[in-house]
Amino acid sequence: MGVKKTDIVLLDDKGIRCDGRKINEPRRIMIKAGVLKNANGSAYIEFGENKILAGVFGPRDVHPKHLANTDRGILRCRYHMQPFSVGERKNPAPSRREIEISKVIKEALEPAVMLENFPRTVVDVFIEILQADGGSRCAALDAAAVALADAGIPMRDMVSACAAGKVADTIVLDINNEEDQEGQADMPVAYMPNLGKVTLIQLDGVLSPQEYEKCVNTALEGCKIVYEVQKKALQEKFFGDSQ
Amino acid sequence: MDDIKRKYVIPGDVITTGPYRAEENVHLHGDKIIATTVGISEIFDSGVRVIPLAGMYIPRIDDFIIGIVKSHTSLSWELNINSCYAGILPAQDVFGRDFNPKVDDLTSRLKTGDLIAARVANSDRSRDPLITIADRDLGKIEEGELIKISPSKVPRLIGKRGSMIQTIESATKAIITIGQNGFVVVSSEEPEGLLKAMEAIKMVEEQAHVPNLTERIQQMLGSNSE
Repeated sequence: MGVKKTDIVLLDDKGIRCDGRKINEPRRIMIKAGVLKNANGSAYIEFGENKILAGVFGPRDVHPKHLANTDRGILRCRYHMQPFSVGERKNPAPSRREIEISKVIKEALEPAVMLENFPRTVVDVFIEILQADGGSRCAALDAAAVALADAGIPMRDMVSACAAGKVADTIVLDINNEEDQEGQADMPVAYMPNLGKVTLIQLDGVLSPQEYEKCVNTALEGCKIVYEVQKKALQEKFFGDSQ
Repeated sequence: MDDIKRKYVIPGDVITTGPYRAEENVHLHGDKIIATTVGISEIFDSGVRVIPLAGMYIPRIDDFIIGIVKSHTSLSWELNINSCYAGILPAQDVFGRDFNPKVDDLTSRLKTGDLIAARVANSDRSRDPLITIADRDLGKIEEGELIKISPSKVPRLIGKRGSMIQTIESATKAIITIGQNGFVVVSSEEPEGLLKAMEAIKMVEEQAHVPNLTERIQQMLGSNSE
């Protein structure tokens, strides 16, 4: 890819990024659990400028019936961007990118959800992107994990996701939209913090082996920060001030 | 009771490590015992479990439940039991052993929307749970208001040795039937008592995690009657 010439200074001499953050600083994260009445579980996340709603139904009957599995439940996931979520109107029909992200989110949640407890059922996860700003798949995963816990679906661990990447030849935490477009690499990572297992890792760009290792470790640090926010959101909803 | 250690947990929280037995809503990872659902963890004797604060009803054999008739085939009724599985009530249970699908009409006994008090006869997740009404005090519920609460809050509504439910029943003179699946039927001859009892049940559901809830309920019922 190489460094592109743009008007934006992605990283200045003092190590400050284009939105004023330091290289190891994530964007502002706010999560609220249980925001929807009709879904079994739900969560709303603001991750920088990302605004995302996640709703969970289930376990419930599978329709169409041929998808049902007799020895375990199945997980279905829909990641969808609202037409107003980006600068230019987005066609609401599922695009190639949305189908892919739905698939990777489903596969990132599957190791955590104990589907073997619910044969012949389905757990549906619906994710609506209200406003997108780079790193939306990580933010969507974070919201989906909180919504699953809110629905009371048994999980081996929470799933926390955060991206890291390479910008102006430096490994930085939590890539935003500008850095995603102009940067050299973007690596979303999802992680089960108590089990210490990675459930999603993607890489767009080129990294040397040393950079790769540093990038993974940076992203994992980000996941741990996200985990604390997820924990706080669930504690607030279920235990309130009785903690 | 004092030797039970309680803690608020969310999925993934390590409750303890060591030689404990993993019971409900926890899983063993190496020597760590990890919570799998949001709830209150309890360490007692040599076991660890989590009392869930959210989630769906999972049928267990011998549970007393309340079901709503959803539909029927020529041989059985299908019940909504607030679970991911539908309850199956065989027609022999109601008509007796000489049930004949050619002659007997299932809708003559139970129609869609009827409430029944029942027990889980068999449940193994590979098939839909089998429900029975062949026992004392089981059968069609003729009157009463249905309230749906979260199944995880049923133990709180009953209270220690039934203290919570006795408090509500004696203060409102209502008769309350609680199904383990989170369906509750309230009936009373006085409409006022009925409304008060329903209000109290909803309050228990909303404030299930608050300490001294029985006293609060007493206060609420007491102040209303003045």
